[in-house]
Amino acid sequence: MDSALHPYRLGAGQRQLWTFPGGLHLPDEKALSNHVPLASAPLPRRLIIPLRQHIGAPAKPVIAVGDRVLKGQLIGEAQGRLSATIHASSSGTVIAIEERPVPHASGMSAPCILIETDGEDAWAELPPPLSTRPDPEVLRERIRWAGIVGLGGAAFPSSVKLTPAPGIRIRTLIINGAECEPYISCDDRLMRDKPERILQGARLLRDLLGVDECLIAVEDNKPEAILALRQSLVTDGDAAGIEIIAIPTLYPSGGEKQLIRILTGQEVPSRGIPAQIGIVCQNIATAAAIADAAFDGKPLISRIVTLTGRGLGQPRNLEVPIGVPIRELIEQAGGLSPGLRRLLIGGPMMGFACDDLDMPVTKAVNCLLALSPDEAPDPGPALACIRCGVCAQACPVSLLPQQLYWHARARDLDKVRDYNLFDCIECGCCAVVCPSHIPLVQYYRFAKNECLARDQEKRQAEHARQRHEAKEARLERLEQERKANLRKKKEGLTDKAATSPPPGAPEVGALAPDAVAEDPKKAAIAAALKRAAEKKAALASQGLAPKNTENLAPAQQRQVEAAEVRRRELQAAEDAARPRE
Amino acid sequence: MPTAIVSSPFAGRLNRTDQVMLQVILALIPGTVAMVWYFGWGVLINMALASLFALASESLVMWVRGRPVLPAIGDLSALVTALLFAIAVPPTLPWWMTLIGVVFAIVIVKQLYGGLGYNPFNPAMAGYVFLLVSYPLAMTTWLAPNIPEILDAHHLVTLSFLDSARLILTGALPPNVAWDAMSAATPLDEMFSKLDQNATIPEILASPLWGDYGGRGWEWIGNWFLLGGLYMIWRGVITWRIPVAVLAGLLIPAGMFWLVDPEAFPFPAFHLFAGGTILGAFFIATDPVTACTTPRGQLVYGAAIGLIILAIRHWGGYPDAVAFAVLLMNIAAPTIDYYTQPRVFGHRRGEKT
Repeated sequence: MDSALHPYRLGAGQRQLWTFPGGLHLPDEKALSNHVPLASAPLPRRLIIPLRQHIGAPAKPVIAVGDRVLKGQLIGEAQGRLSATIHASSSGTVIAIEERPVPHASGMSAPCILIETDGEDAWAELPPPLSTRPDPEVLRERIRWAGIVGLGGAAFPSSVKLTPAPGIRIRTLIINGAECEPYISCDDRLMRDKPERILQGARLLRDLLGVDECLIAVEDNKPEAILALRQSLVTDGDAAGIEIIAIPTLYPSGGEKQLIRILTGQEVPSRGIPAQIGIVCQNIATAAAIADAAFDGKPLISRIVTLTGRGLGQPRNLEVPIGVPIRELIEQAGGLSPGLRRLLIGGPMMGFACDDLDMPVTKAVNCLLALSPDEAPDPGPALACIRCGVCAQACPVSLLPQQLYWHARARDLDKVRDYNLFDCIECGCCAVVCPSHIPLVQYYRFAKNECLARDQEKRQAEHARQRHEAKEARLERLEQERKANLRKKKEGLTDKAATSPPPGAPEVGALAPDAVAEDPKKAAIAAALKRAAEKKAALASQGLAPKNTENLAPAQQRQVEAAEVRRRELQAAEDAARPRE
Repeated sequence: MPTAIVSSPFAGRLNRTDQVMLQVILALIPGTVAMVWYFGWGVLINMALASLFALASESLVMWVRGRPVLPAIGDLSALVTALLFAIAVPPTLPWWMTLIGVVFAIVIVKQLYGGLGYNPFNPAMAGYVFLLVSYPLAMTTWLAPNIPEILDAHHLVTLSFLDSARLILTGALPPNVAWDAMSAATPLDEMFSKLDQNATIPEILASPLWGDYGGRGWEWIGNWFLLGGLYMIWRGVITWRIPVAVLAGLLIPAGMFWLVDPEAFPFPAFHLFAGGTILGAFFIATDPVTACTTPRGQLVYGAAIGLIILAIRHWGGYPDAVAFAVLLMNIAAPTIDYYTQPRVFGHRRGEKT
């Protein structure tokens, strides 16, 4: 090794580090792509910018089709607390807002804003730079405005992560430059090429959270990056509380909970978040993006993407505007080789298959990996589990992958929960070491989905049960009320019947007063008859007869008879026309 | 452009079942060579016969079950079973007993329970025990180790390759040689039968059968198997837990008994190098399919095997006890696994979701 790289070792013995269970030494394959300095990807003719590139609610478009937008202009605003804004990555015209395939493990489509670029790349008016020690609220607002999300892959909105719950004090800030997944070198390249930007971001975050220490952790397979950061820290000044720590290379040390364990010896509680133990983690690229937003007023409209794998002509890292179709990036990296086995978004351990080259790069896409058949040979059919337990040795969460596998296969959802399925981080260690080539993680994903589906079903059933019970109660209440009313009415009628018998009306007189007194129905009928008789009498007194066939005028009588004749004739004709059977 | 969606990880697989099994077979080489050196060609002939029977019966069952035959025998697990069986049985065992034992191991103990990965009992040991209870005499007749002083002291002879083959295949002894002229008690037999006759240990050890730690010859075989076992730990085929626990479970109590009464209880190293202790600790008890899989469970499992070995050797009717101890603990393994689950990262110990 080059002797100039030695300083990175100096700090290694100074700080106590811890280990996490399991983990794997994998061929890191970073040398394929990490030797080419960063360059910018050319602007495409069309940008496809998904409204949702982050964890949380999709952004709401604030432009309309046909609008001209400028580079850095806000085109989608965050909806609710857990969401992120999006900005135009270049200037041009909005040509559509429609569903497009987006990079996601599910292979689904989602609403995107399509911008026809005009090639001018004209900037919108950007907010003024902040001071090096901005007011925390101003900085948080700037981060929120800039749509910054975790660039390590999870894309969690940073402003949310940087707003600890009331009463929680953050003591340690961890800037994650571990980049443990094989092949990916975007963070490596950023650390080598822009270490000062990362440190500026780290200082901003350090002061924002008021932490005691800010630990920048880098796996020791990136000596150049560690050296660059250390040199920059020395030359830039203000290293208060900031420490650059080389950690042993061991997949998945870059997992948030694993890294916290390595650096502090603490474990984030299951289903908890680091803030609960006074820690916040941010990726180094996120820190740099925060510095960009604070000091240049630049929103997050581009990111570094590693283009690598032996299925690509020229593996390299590019700074890519958000929304560039994958197809164009692949051309920039020398195109796909004919014998390509698989194109992935993300790394070989946790990435997912890309089956549509028209998908755009989003804030969460850190790597495009084109694997040749040699790099990812077909594992062949899964064989029987020999219970060797190598999976359990490799598991960084100390799960029993084998037991999870048996129970997932048996669809025993209670048992997989007992065995803490939901602590699985899907890092892939178990599946990679399994000598029987069982796709273990696939079984866990299946079991997780089944569990979630069952939970939802349960919730719905519970909801339906509650609604049903509420309805039953309501009906019961209505029935009671109806009965009560009826009783009241009946009592009222009984009182009336007892006190005022109907005076001398002949129709009413036909009913026995006793019966009237006994039966409210009969009483009602009697009352109705009485009303009818009164109305009839009233009409008669005005000289009007009821409309019926009695007492017709001769002209009316003739009309009625003529109608009868016509009806009979029609009937006869119809009978004649009906075929004999 | 590949379109089939399979989820991560996509990285190449690091291990293969057949290669794991191959490592076990390689690890058996030093001990096997030592056995051939001390007990003659019969060991190798038994290995060849057992392998043949094992592969044939595995193929047959797979064919009857309508499953692909080649992957099943290609995973080499039947071969490992056969080799361990052949190492455990005496080097003079008639071929048809090997046949019965191996067929029982492969067909009944392994395949009828569902094949590789599903069998609760260690097939090689189940086959061994099946023969031991059925043909106790043949299963406990061992040759004397090929050490001139022992052979001279007892006027014993060794068998050539052809003699061994003839004995195994036809049951015919070489001309002018009686069983007594080739066989000798194993150190375990010698020790415990004499102890039963109220001999003291210093008296027993006066015999030329005894070396530094155990029976002469036998102690060296143990060393060579130990070498193979360390190789497997180094290659990650097994972990240290089960072998260390077996040895600790056997030697610590044995040491305590020995401290209490050194005339009635053999010194711990005797147990270590006698019988199948080391073979059992590194090769038999570590059979992944039938052993515990949790780290703490493996310690419990191994220690219990060690204790049972000691108990049967001292107070049981059979000379060695590795096979019985392993089979007894095999059936307890799932329960031990259940109660020894590791603490999951981010959980407090004993906490359940």
